[in-house]
Amino acid sequence: MPLTHADLEAIWLTIQLASLTTVLLLILGTPVAWWLARTRSRLKGPVGAVVALPLVLPPTVIGFYLLVVTGPNGYVGHLTQEMGWGVLPFTFAGLVVGSVLYSMPFVVQPLQNAFEAIGNRPLEAAATLRASPWDCFFSVVLPLARPGVVTAATLGFAHTVGEFGVVLMIGGNIPGKTRVVSVQIFDHVEAMEYVQAHWLAGGMVIFSFFVLLLLYSSRRTRTAYG
Amino acid sequence: MAENRVPIGFPTKRPENAMAHGATAVSAGIHASFLVAQGGFTLDLDLDLPGRGVTAIFGHSGSGKTTLLRCLAGLAQPKTGRLCVNGEIWLDTANGVFMPTHKRPLGYVFQEASLFRHLTVTGNLRYGLNRVTPASRRVELSQAAELLGISHLLQRMPAGLSGGERQRVAIARALLTSPRLLLLDEPLASLDQKRKLEILPYLERLHDELDIPVLYVSHAPEEVARLADYLVLLDNGRAVASGPIADTLASLDLPIAMTDDASVVIQGIVASYDRTYEILTLHLPGGHASLRVVHAFLPAGKRMRIIVRARDVSLASSAQEQSSVLNVLPATVIEIAAAANPSQVMVRLDVEGTPLLSRITRYSHDHLQLGIGKRVWAQVKAVSLLT
Repeated sequence: MPLTHADLEAIWLTIQLASLTTVLLLILGTPVAWWLARTRSRLKGPVGAVVALPLVLPPTVIGFYLLVVTGPNGYVGHLTQEMGWGVLPFTFAGLVVGSVLYSMPFVVQPLQNAFEAIGNRPLEAAATLRASPWDCFFSVVLPLARPGVVTAATLGFAHTVGEFGVVLMIGGNIPGKTRVVSVQIFDHVEAMEYVQAHWLAGGMVIFSFFVLLLLYSSRRTRTAYG
Repeated sequence: MAENRVPIGFPTKRPENAMAHGATAVSAGIHASFLVAQGGFTLDLDLDLPGRGVTAIFGHSGSGKTTLLRCLAGLAQPKTGRLCVNGEIWLDTANGVFMPTHKRPLGYVFQEASLFRHLTVTGNLRYGLNRVTPASRRVELSQAAELLGISHLLQRMPAGLSGGERQRVAIARALLTSPRLLLLDEPLASLDQKRKLEILPYLERLHDELDIPVLYVSHAPEEVARLADYLVLLDNGRAVASGPIADTLASLDLPIAMTDDASVVIQGIVASYDRTYEILTLHLPGGHASLRVVHAFLPAGKRMRIIVRARDVSLASSAQEQSSVLNVLPATVIEIAAAANPSQVMVRLDVEGTPLLSRITRYSHDHLQLGIGKRVWAQVKAVSLLT
């Protein structure tokens, strides 16, 4: 068995983290993307920029501010302590929060593009056919935006699996709690265990390749259909 | 084209008269007053429209036709306005009433069919149908599909349909919500001539078989003449005229008279048929005048809509005994106006109570010494019959 118990533990933790993050991102990102796609507010620019920040910032910057804000002396830290939840850094929950923020643009932007591409007309047509706004969202908008939802979920998942900097800063390196695959690879390399590192790193390359392959080929067939 | 139809004809009572003075919301018909300001454009209307039959909203592009329809549907929200449809208040800005679109019992057909592309034809038809309570459904899916000739398309996706087929599905989809007001926004505008001719008969069937008011936006005089009972003329956001179509089409002071298609619509009744020459004789309303036209057999007593274009009517000072023109009618000159082309004039005639338009050259006008009240002979070279 080329993978140790610690490796398997890291893989399992990564899958849990990426799945939970993706679900949370779809729930949180959809209203944000819908608002960005529909609003004429002057806040559209600033909000869009904030959502896109993780695309350009070094992960260490996000990790650093997360540590400060959610740490024992931060605003969020105070709040979570008063609620009796302790503090987020170096816990799985902290990892999830960090991942959600860091992968946000990868989910919001494909959704926003998909919503914008639908345009006004299908919504108006639905309204004249007696569909309330909520009804219309679920019966018309989401089905029409399905390719965008698939892209958003895939990118959100894959990007969370691939993150390293934020994880290391906010989660640390606690086996079974915060030590994900990318951190485990780092540990192997530090310890000169190149064979172990190869197994995990190679696995990541193959995984990422197939995810993107799936995404791009599904996108091509969808274009042909639409 | 449908042969066994009984056209509704003009409303016998004009609802705008009933509502003109101190009208309350209880009366039938549509009362709409809107004030919309968008950028440099202002729509300022106060309309009373009949509660049944087809009302054409006619005007050039940019005259506010679509904005009016969007206000009626609640897709656009006027700054101030009031809308009352057959006694139900849909909008009253003075009292803060705004009924959202999905609560208004209306059907809307857009210029482009706007079908949901993720649903089959059936899925599209069911979308609206499933959202009205079974008790208020007055149209069955199979009925609507048959009425619009789309029964064979039900399993198809919209992407595989022709433009004309899509538009018919869109009309059926709107009908299936059993609307109490049907709004058609130039449903033929995006189609070529062939597709237009494919849909027009279906729209005429709608006109005859539906007992709900239909508002039909168009900038094509031909469609208006074929379908409408009542006409609202918009120009630059204002209603220039509104009234029964026979009156409005024959008014020389309206811009519609200036178009190349200037024409009148006459309701005639089939009087007799000559099988030897295949000639149909139609009595015109209000008198003893009749028109003859080469046509297939139609039973006597059938009501027909006749379109006579101004360019097909020429004038003579005496009845020529020998002429190839089938219809030579005694007429009185009522009004003379300049035509769009400065070398021509438009003459409004009265043929025993039926208005007729004639477009002749200014030369002929001077030569015939035409004047108001002069008796002339109108030679009608061609008429169009609409079943």
